[in-house]
Amino acid sequence: MSEENREKLALELERKAYKLRIMELEMMRDSEASGHYGGSMSVMDILTVLYFKVMRVDPHNEDWEDRDRFVLSKGHACNALCPVLAEKGFFSRDILPTFNKLDSPFGMHPDKNKISGCDASTGSLGHGAPIAVGMAMAGKYLKKDYRVYVVVGDGEVAEGSNWEAIEIASHFKVDNLCATIDRNKYSLDGSTEGPGVFKEGGIEGTMTLEPIDKKLEDFGWHVIKCDGHDFIQLMGAYDEAARTKGRPTVIIADTLKGKGISFIEDKYEWHYGQFTPEQYKTAIDELTATLKRLEQKSA
Amino acid sequence: MAEISSFTMADLADVTTPRDVFGKVLIELAREDSRIVALSTDLMLSTKLKDFAKEFPGRFIETGLTEQATVSMCAGMASCGLIPFFATFAAFATMRPCEQVRTDIAYPKLNVKIVGTHAGLSMGPGGTTHHATEDIAIMRSMANMTVLVPSDMIQTVKVVKSAAEFEGPCYIRLIRGAESPIDIYQSVEECPFEIGKAAVIKEGNDVTIIAAGAPVVQESFVAANELEKEGIHVRVIDMASVKPIDKEAIVKAAEETGGIITVEDHNIMGGVGSAVAEVVVQERPVPMKLVGVPDVYSTLGPPDELWAKYGLNSSSLIGTVKDFLKKTK
Repeated sequence: MSEENREKLALELERKAYKLRIMELEMMRDSEASGHYGGSMSVMDILTVLYFKVMRVDPHNEDWEDRDRFVLSKGHACNALCPVLAEKGFFSRDILPTFNKLDSPFGMHPDKNKISGCDASTGSLGHGAPIAVGMAMAGKYLKKDYRVYVVVGDGEVAEGSNWEAIEIASHFKVDNLCATIDRNKYSLDGSTEGPGVFKEGGIEGTMTLEPIDKKLEDFGWHVIKCDGHDFIQLMGAYDEAARTKGRPTVIIADTLKGKGISFIEDKYEWHYGQFTPEQYKTAIDELTATLKRLEQKSA
Repeated sequence: MAEISSFTMADLADVTTPRDVFGKVLIELAREDSRIVALSTDLMLSTKLKDFAKEFPGRFIETGLTEQATVSMCAGMASCGLIPFFATFAAFATMRPCEQVRTDIAYPKLNVKIVGTHAGLSMGPGGTTHHATEDIAIMRSMANMTVLVPSDMIQTVKVVKSAAEFEGPCYIRLIRGAESPIDIYQSVEECPFEIGKAAVIKEGNDVTIIAAGAPVVQESFVAANELEKEGIHVRVIDMASVKPIDKEAIVKAAEETGGIITVEDHNIMGGVGSAVAEVVVQERPVPMKLVGVPDVYSTLGPPDELWAKYGLNSSSLIGTVKDFLKKTK
């Protein structure tokens, strides 16, 4: 792809990501749901690149054996995943406002048996990476060429089961696996880095992650660091992951919690919450303005 | 080599425990079905998967001491069409990765078979860390989970085969079995095991003993035969399918014998006795006695002596039946 086309595609994907952020907020507003705003906004650009550029999936054949697999290990960002799957065509966006309602397929955490296009039921942290390792090893055994993508929250990296999966994937040279860490620097109680003390901004240091790149390199993974909101960089990272043989790849995507909605950006308190009708309006207006700017830039 | 479905004790002459039977049968099944893979967390020698590993190098996955990730991996493999059998000690198959079993396998109803060996008190001198007296309670409380507890060699053949043949999450509980418990069944053809069905292994109308797994089925059978000599006619039901449980057989036993004693190598809370009681109290209330580990952490010692200590051997059971009849009739 020429550089010019790549830039054009990056801009197109960025517009898509803002459209999806708006769709998410409309879904949450219309279903009167509370939810994980911070982590769903930080991960949206990653999901957009995966679903609209990188992954081989077919919404008309959701059980296609050769499809790439996707695991949202940070299942609490289901409010980001649902609009992505609707936009991709797995189901109509008209049913999104059932989110969190009784017997809805959509809720705080994804259920693979209820959501079309969803490959793993997640929500309990530290489960997605090992599930993805199993999927990738099954692909090798079945001689399939599908790839497996798992998105892990930075806070959940602390879970011991992840480190088991990290060593297993490296041990078996599972190179059809690509993990992405949504490095938004916060978990529920506060920032991940720091001495572990209470400050006005929450706990400073829920669990030290850094130097996460060195740790993962030492475990035998190919590590790529990138700006998780830069579409050129994200596309490049996933291309590099696909080219990497003999070991699994992890993309440490530097992101901003709450990205796109200025009053929640970089605020741990908005890990989870409920917007007022005014806050929905403010947020949607801001996202719409950004989308308009991007459209003008494209034109 | 005969087909599994026509195995007799002669086909098992080269093995000595139900664990060996598991390893042997899994090889037979894997020869027929390329979707079957086996996973071990550093206990291949104990779970008897060594021959499987030798015959199917690409299908045996050794993951070291990583029970939690391994259970999740099984879920990922099953979701891509494989049939993973994960075997380790029952204590480590059901407690350490408990949430992974529940959330990654049972909840999405994935086709994973978990085999817990060395269950109950059968790890004797291993003590509480290696005893599994909670596993049945844990596994049967998970929706979608099938729980199978075979008692002898032939029944283990049938249980492993049945587990492989149905699609869904399944827990198979095996004891260490170094003591070679007596064989109830002589051939697969005459072993009546079916998922969801109990087997009456001795008729009688004075009282019913319901047991699952070795050695308690055998001990109950021996006790009942001794009592028969004294004119006490005890019905013995082998409840190898703990979940789904055979309600009909329980209700029939309650109606025809008027009392039920359950016997299990497990805590009396939440296990086989509780499963039977759930049916009895709702369908046909009759007096019951639950025999098992009385909600304590089991002490260590030789398995035979531990089973005797907790009243699970035939001589204790003879006394238990007589006391029960005295109090209730």
